[in-house]
Amino acid sequence: MIAAKVRPARSRGGYRAGRVSLGWIATFCLPALVLYGMFVVVPLVTAFSYGLFRWEGIRPAEFAGLGNYQEVLTRYPLNEEIPAALWHNLLFFAGTMAIQNTVGLGLAVLLYRNPRGKRLFQTVFSLPYLISPLIVGYIWSLLLSPTFGPINFLLRTAGLDAWARPWLGDPDTALPVLILVNAWQWIGGPMLIFLAALGGIPRELEEAAAMDGASKFRAFWSVRFPLLMPAVGVITVLTFIGCFNLFDLVYALGGSDGGPSGAMDVLGLLYYRTAFEGGTNSIGESSALAIMIFVVVFGVSVALERFLRRREVRM
Amino acid sequence: MSRPESGGRVPGFAAHALLWCYAALAVGPLILVVIGSFRSNADILRQPVGLPDSLGFDNYLRAWQTASISTYFANSIMVTVAAVALCVAVSAMAAYALSRWRFRGRALLAAFFLSGLMIPAKLGLLPVFYMFQSMGLIDTRPGLVLLYAAGGVPFSIFVIMGFVRGLPTELEEAARLDGANEGRLFVSVALPLMRPALAVVTVFQFAPTWNDFFYPLVLMRSDSKYTVPVGLTRFFGEFATDRATLFAGLVIAIAPLVLVFALATKQIIAGLTAGMSR
Repeated sequence: MIAAKVRPARSRGGYRAGRVSLGWIATFCLPALVLYGMFVVVPLVTAFSYGLFRWEGIRPAEFAGLGNYQEVLTRYPLNEEIPAALWHNLLFFAGTMAIQNTVGLGLAVLLYRNPRGKRLFQTVFSLPYLISPLIVGYIWSLLLSPTFGPINFLLRTAGLDAWARPWLGDPDTALPVLILVNAWQWIGGPMLIFLAALGGIPRELEEAAAMDGASKFRAFWSVRFPLLMPAVGVITVLTFIGCFNLFDLVYALGGSDGGPSGAMDVLGLLYYRTAFEGGTNSIGESSALAIMIFVVVFGVSVALERFLRRREVRM
Repeated sequence: MSRPESGGRVPGFAAHALLWCYAALAVGPLILVVIGSFRSNADILRQPVGLPDSLGFDNYLRAWQTASISTYFANSIMVTVAAVALCVAVSAMAAYALSRWRFRGRALLAAFFLSGLMIPAKLGLLPVFYMFQSMGLIDTRPGLVLLYAAGGVPFSIFVIMGFVRGLPTELEEAARLDGANEGRLFVSVALPLMRPALAVVTVFQFAPTWNDFFYPLVLMRSDSKYTVPVGLTRFFGEFATDRATLFAGLVIAIAPLVLVFALATKQIIAGLTAGMSR
């Protein structure tokens, strides 16, 4: 994915072998290697083994093979919570692609065509990007609160009393509000990526199409859009991964139970509850759950990347 | 929103009107929070939207002192600065070695570091938890620093390697002929040239580290060591009815990032598109 884009080193960039001693190589590489190995790689590898044991508190009691996986998928209430949470994650992904990324593309195209004030708009649109999702959640929970929130107040003032509602307390609106709040925060990302991609496309291509008599619309869809496909691919994969990492925002908007009757429950929250609010075998079960989530996300990301790249080549 | 393409060109003023509309949507909520932070709680409960009567900092004082946001703030600054410094230091050295020197296993080592870009480090949370327990690092700030620094290594090495490869080697060759050793070459010649990449990485590690909520939620126990995000969950529980103070607390929590953003927009945009060039 991203790593694959690193170009192989040009030969002129390196010195010949043998000129740098092993001591220097160790001095330069070991600190990063130890830090990264100890606190990222080892825990990740260990996490895989945790799921294979039945645990009693913090002691592994017996080897369970895939027992934990079976347990997690069949035992009540997890067997109902997992599909529900997964469904919310998928709805969230679809909603985010439909709203955040299309609006992001629209803003990028507008800015590309009207570069006056581009820098200012870029900055303003990406401002929420920097704020922690947790804080974004708290900000919106205050703004959307049923009686004293400014949003409902403004709706009532505008005579739209019927629209004023407990946005986050109503199972019907909670998830859509979550998608919108999330899009509000991240829209700067797709916008900047699309803007960079648009800037990288030579104008001559579209001009040539125009000379051949293509309409503006056709020039965009047939010439420019296909060249944006790499950007679309990157954004789709990033959005997908981001959707499954969802935790802080939902925690702030709906607590660790996922809002009104679990309407915003997602896999991240479910994992947290299983790991830290679960029973005696919580380590085994939550590790199995984490690994299933990881395999799905990683597998789908790789497949998406492959699929999009193949389309790119064809176009 | 991509309708502009269908009917030919959108006139400039219409496009700008749209852009301004979205700008209002992006900033409006933040402005509501800032205004709210200057109003009294009674005012807010009576009328949720309105201007402050006077420009007082009572709410800020209450959030800073009574709600101990000052403590959380100091913890966040310590943890973030230490973690980013550690991460950038070790990553710069490794990235330099990996992109400048040829040695056995170089490609493998680079791939090992970069594979971290694709795997969510949070998956290892439980093992980290028990490892920390055996090392006495639970509920300590150094523990958080190590975790954040380690988590930032793949992205930092990725960005710095890409940058170093594009640097000319002549200066280093010249210094080498003058008898400088590898350490000296790195510190005196390469590091100054690497500054733009180091800036991008610093800015890019700062925000996620400052914002992180999951690790301290699980690993920190005592109130006095909370960073801002976990501190806020406590703060929101305690001051649930005091909206004015909540607004002020949120502004304090956001301020450092707005400052970083204002100072480093260029680096941020460069970092966001780091994977996109070519």
